[in-house]
Amino acid sequence: MKAILSGNEAFARGAYEAGIQVVTGYPGTPSSEIITTIGSQYNDDMYSEWSTNEKVAMDAAAGAAYSGRRTMVTTKQVGMNVLSDSLLYSVYTGAEAGLVVVTADDPGLFSSQNEQDNRWYARLAKIPLLEPQDSQEAKDFVVKGIEISEKFDTPVLIRSVMRISHSKTIVELGERPEVPKEVGKFPRDISKYNCTAMYAKEMHAKVEQRMLDIEEWLESSDLNKIEWKDTKIGIITSGVVHTYVRDVFPNASVLKLGMINPIPKKLIKDFASKVDTLIVVEELDPILEEQIKALGIEVHGKDIFSPCYELLPDRLKEFAVSANLIEAETVVEKEEVAKFKDIPSRSAVFCPGCPHRSSFYVMNQLKVPVAGDIGCYNLGSMPPFNAQHTMGAMGASIGVLHGMSIAKIPENRVCTIGDSTFFHSGMPPLANMVHNGSRGVVVIMDNSTTAMTGHQDHPGMDWMVTKERAAKKIEIEPLVRAMGVEKVKSVNAFNVKEVKRGFEECLEFDGPSVLITKGECIFVSRKPKPAFTVNTEKCIACHTCFRVGCPAVVLSEEKFEKNGKFKSRIDPTLCNGCSVCSQVCPTGAIEAPEAGKRSLAE
Amino acid sequence: MKDINFLVVGVGGQGTVLAGDIMAEVGMLAGYDSKKSDVLGLAIRGGSVVSHIRWGEKVDAPMSMRGTVDYLLAFEPLEALRQLAFLSPESTVVYNEYKIPPVSVSSGLTSYPEENELKSALEATAQRVYSFNATDTAVEIGNVKAVNIILIGAFSAFMDVKVDVWETAIKKFVPAKYEELNLKAFHIGRELMEKEESVKA
Ligand SMILES: Cc1ncc(C[n+]2csc(CCOP(=O)(O)OP(=O)(O)O)c2C)c(N)n1
Repeated sequence: MKAILSGNEAFARGAYEAGIQVVTGYPGTPSSEIITTIGSQYNDDMYSEWSTNEKVAMDAAAGAAYSGRRTMVTTKQVGMNVLSDSLLYSVYTGAEAGLVVVTADDPGLFSSQNEQDNRWYARLAKIPLLEPQDSQEAKDFVVKGIEISEKFDTPVLIRSVMRISHSKTIVELGERPEVPKEVGKFPRDISKYNCTAMYAKEMHAKVEQRMLDIEEWLESSDLNKIEWKDTKIGIITSGVVHTYVRDVFPNASVLKLGMINPIPKKLIKDFASKVDTLIVVEELDPILEEQIKALGIEVHGKDIFSPCYELLPDRLKEFAVSANLIEAETVVEKEEVAKFKDIPSRSAVFCPGCPHRSSFYVMNQLKVPVAGDIGCYNLGSMPPFNAQHTMGAMGASIGVLHGMSIAKIPENRVCTIGDSTFFHSGMPPLANMVHNGSRGVVVIMDNSTTAMTGHQDHPGMDWMVTKERAAKKIEIEPLVRAMGVEKVKSVNAFNVKEVKRGFEECLEFDGPSVLITKGECIFVSRKPKPAFTVNTEKCIACHTCFRVGCPAVVLSEEKFEKNGKFKSRIDPTLCNGCSVCSQVCPTGAIEAPEAGKRSLAE
Repeated sequence: MKDINFLVVGVGGQGTVLAGDIMAEVGMLAGYDSKKSDVLGLAIRGGSVVSHIRWGEKVDAPMSMRGTVDYLLAFEPLEALRQLAFLSPESTVVYNEYKIPPVSVSSGLTSYPEENELKSALEATAQRVYSFNATDTAVEIGNVKAVNIILIGAFSAFMDVKVDVWETAIKKFVPAKYEELNLKAFHIGRELMEKEESVKA
């Protein structure tokens, strides 16, 4: 049977067809839909969870695989930094059942704070790495990954990229194999599973040998494919980039690698010897190129193609033309194209009805320095708020705030962190602030979800993966009190005055304080209220309402005579009735809807 | 055969991704190799959303190159304008006239292009350009969310694919509760386009 699946749906299907029984991970674009799909479509066959963070997910996966369950971990590229500590020991130990880790990288930085190339982790950890080119391979490589994992007693890494995870291609579906219902007693194999230096020494030697064994096996594996055409140009590539290469170089011979760590050295030497010019086309770092060069083979790569961003067909073609690899066609660009190049961009903004809006409106007014974290609230770094002054990695904000305190900056300071991020990596730095006597306001923005990545659960919520599975909810306020924070204040995020008072109170406190802004994400409550309207008699076109940066608040076509500016209007199809704009309007011109009206956004 | 290349674009929250999913599904059901690539970024949060869809005998890259898109479906005028470079000279454009100005426009930092300039730029680049206010139509039939299926209906008038294939794909992607509303929306959009003489040409 055929189906058209996204790469992430295909990884989920692959888990099903590989007989995987446990899947753990922490959300992160572009990887999140793997677990979401498993939770909604394969819940009867596989246990899945959103773990508190990636490291916890990796440890849990190791534990399940040690116990004899085939297991998968999913992460976005930067999540590998968090789970790597545990990945490295699992490579030393191996497991009783197959273990695959899927990392979804983000060349092009569509939704990440960096463009790191996780193929390095395969070399660092000495772990076999598979790279699929489409959804069919995404599915097949999970099955293959489990096979390799069990054959060589090693975890296997699978690298996706946004263009695999978020593209859809047609997949031939297979069946699920028989899987054990029960597992036996836990193995007490200390020299295999306890990485004490004494045992780890031997494990290291075993890992080196294992990679040599895999390399030998790889030479004759069907994971690598050669497409012989004209031999003037030979291209070595892998993953989705292979499909771009086929569009741009229809006549070139191609060696497409399915496994990219280790690499099939003999096969590469052989291919290289049969083509006139050898080129490696890989996005980001020259990982294949450097290894091929180390074999003494002359090869082009990053001398032609940039190490930054994606190499989509258009861009690949431009590079190939400038290196005279292919001939340029003369395309005359219409003048309209140039004329409209600089039209207003449309960057992301807080949704209408977002609970984060009021805090950033207030922080902008208070002019405090703000150490920021990652989540939807980082949109507060954009105009009109400009109120999140740093952002680096998840959980970093509280540590950075502490650093500002140690440095004794002359101002009172704040950091922002979402509820999911707080559980992920905010608790250790908060404990650090308490223990080391810091001063600053930690604003925990509790919108009851992991909104940024598509509204997954976290330990502060009462369901897991799907709403049908109940979970124990941890309350943040008693938690931070128990951690020794003496000043804790919870406020209604939709009440601008209350939020402002909360900030002022906490800023006054001489010590670490926590302000919890509580308000459900509009996608959690899913209860948009009817739209507000602007009373044009009262509107004085002062544009204060635009300072809440809401896409539903727009310019009308009517001018206010006194200042010649356009009055405001509210787009009834976008407004979710949160009232924040009406609270900041100085003339009371933004009016609540009549009682009993239905929201257009429902 | 030559691949048929589509672009479906709009603003996060308008349901463009689902419209692209339907296009990709229809391609498969109609017997093509079908691929789709989404750029969502922070789509839910009001950013631009772009979906490439390609139908063909065997499709390689899941996205089209500049100057090769045959059909553009835009949920918002400015988003249509953003894709000029992708349009082939023989292309067809259908766009929703309902404007959603980016926040930078209301904050006075930028301005929204004039309606007639926008239209003539599209007309100078593509072969055929059609537009109507699909958002108003959706509000009229009782749910602004139906805008994506109205637009898919309009777009479907150009494709040589049977109506029941479209209906099967729509039923797969919309919640059962809203099936009737969405099928109605599809036919409203389709009929709006079928009225245009040049569509059949
Ligand atoms: C190590 C790591 N894992 C995952 C991500 C992806 N990610 C970005 S923000 C975020 C969490 C957002 O949730 P929350 O803190 O609750 O804020 P919200 O978006 O709900 O406002 C995640 C998982 C990341 N950037 N880094």
